[in-house]
Order: sequence, then structure tokens, then C-alpha cells
Amino acid sequence: MKPGRLASIALAVVLLSIVVPARAATIQITMENLVVSPAETSAKVGDTIEWINKDVFAHTATAKSGDFDVMLPPKKSVMSVLKKAGTVDYYCRYHPNMKATLKVEP
Amino acid sequence: MFTRWSTAIAAAILLSSPALLQGASAADKPTDPQIAHIAYTAGVIDINAAKQAQKKAKNKDVKAFAEDMLRDHEAVNKQALALVKKLNVMPEDNDTSKALSKQAGDKLAELDKLSGAAFDKAYVANEVAYHKAVNGALETQLIPSAGNAELKSLLQTGLKIFQGHQQHAEHVAAELK
Repeated sequence: MKPGRLASIALAVVLLSIVVPARAATIQITMENLVVSPAETSAKVGDTIEWINKDVFAHTATAKSGDFDVMLPPKKSVMSVLKKAGTVDYYCRYHPNMKATLKVEP
Repeated sequence: MFTRWSTAIAAAILLSSPALLQGASAADKPTDPQIAHIAYTAGVIDINAAKQAQKKAKNKDVKAFAEDMLRDHEAVNKQALALVKKLNVMPEDNDTSKALSKQAGDKLAELDKLSGAAFDKAYVANEVAYHKAVNGALETQLIPSAGNAELKSLLQTGLKIFQGHQQHAEHVAAELK
């Protein structure tokens, strides 16, 4: 490999890390067998939550505060971006025994 | 022997008295094909009840409850069909399934004569009793008797979801009073 190419790759890596801020993470929350895991998740505003429904049942991730209400069809994943800081208790509207907490830092 | 067991379990389900089940001995254990049939039949019964409620119910919480029953029970039964196909098991009709179907048919006819708030109340009351009885049967007979691990696991998921249904039905019933 020519040194010039190596330099441009290095530059690209540097530029990429500027374009994509390290703090915007994707965090997975799974619903399986009528249980939300993890039961408590910490994230930051701007992070993406990937809601994964492994059940054959439809679920929802519904914030008690009304901040979000995500529909999760059976065996599907849904992405949503966190826009508001705060500690949110959420549950499944169809199966209210499914409860968890999401801590969103500013 | 199976007939005696079926009569006991059917009676228990119908009378909501799981205590009757305790009389059944180990020799009365239903087979996996019979368990699959009973579980599927129990699901169909609640689906039919929900369809009737969708047409007749007036109260919005009762309508929403019926919709939840339809969605969940159809999902469980779809899963049950996929499982018996995968395991190459033919669900086997039996006296318990027959007794359940007969009783459910009578209940549908009885509820059909009611309307408005009277229907709502009777439907929800029956849902409480029905889920309680089915959950009792699952816990004390069907789950312990299931031989196949995947069938057992599906029944356990069913129990978990139906316990939620029972709580939901009890909550709606309390609101209607």
C-alpha cells in the first residue's frame, strides 16, 4: 500500500469521527417472552433506541409521561431517536405487566 | 382413564374449580397431541367470544379488551399451529376439548340474548372466570403433563399472557360496577 493512500485513509478516519459524534449511540431494548430487558436503560438525548420485539405478540413501548408511544409489531424492530431528557417509566399498553425505565440524560 | 381425567378437567374449567383437578392421578395425564388440541380449542373459544363482543359491546374498555383478546389469542394459536406442524404432531380431539366447545357454544348463545350494559357485564364476568379456569388447568395439568419441551414452553408463555388477561378482565369488571 502506498504511503499516500494510507494518509488519505487516516484523514478519512479523522474526518469521519468529526462528522459522527461519538455520543450518538444506538441502544437495544428487547421484549421477549413478555419481559423488557434491560429493565433499566441509560441513554442520552440524540441516542437511538432500537426496540426489538422477539415475541409473536404485538407490544408497545408507551411512556407514562406521554413522551413516546412506539408500536412494535410481532417479530419486528423499530428505531426511535430520544429527543427529551428525563427519567421515563414506560410499559406495554397491551400487556401492562411489562414495565421498564429509561433514563435520558441531556 | 383418560375419560375420567377429561371429565375432571372439563368440569374444573367449566365450574372454575381447579380443586377438582387434584383428583386426577398421574395415569390420567393427557398426551401431547391431546394437550395441543385442548390448548388450541381453549384459544378458539376466547377468539369467538371476542368476535361476539366486538359486535355487541357498547363500553369502550370492553371493546378494547375484546380487541386485545383477539390479537393475543390469535397469535398464540398461530404459534401453536406452527409448532404442531414443525413437530409433525396431529392434535387429537378428546373429551375435554369436546366438553369445552359444547359449554362455550352454550355461553355464546346465552350472551347473544343480552345487549348493552348487560352484555358488557356478562361478557367480562365470563372472561374473568374463563381465564381463571384455563390458567388453573394450564398450571396444574397441561404444563406438568406436556412432554415436548417446546410445547411446554409455549404453554408457559400462554399462561403468562393469560394471567395478564385475567388481571385485565378483573380490572375492566371492577370498572363496570
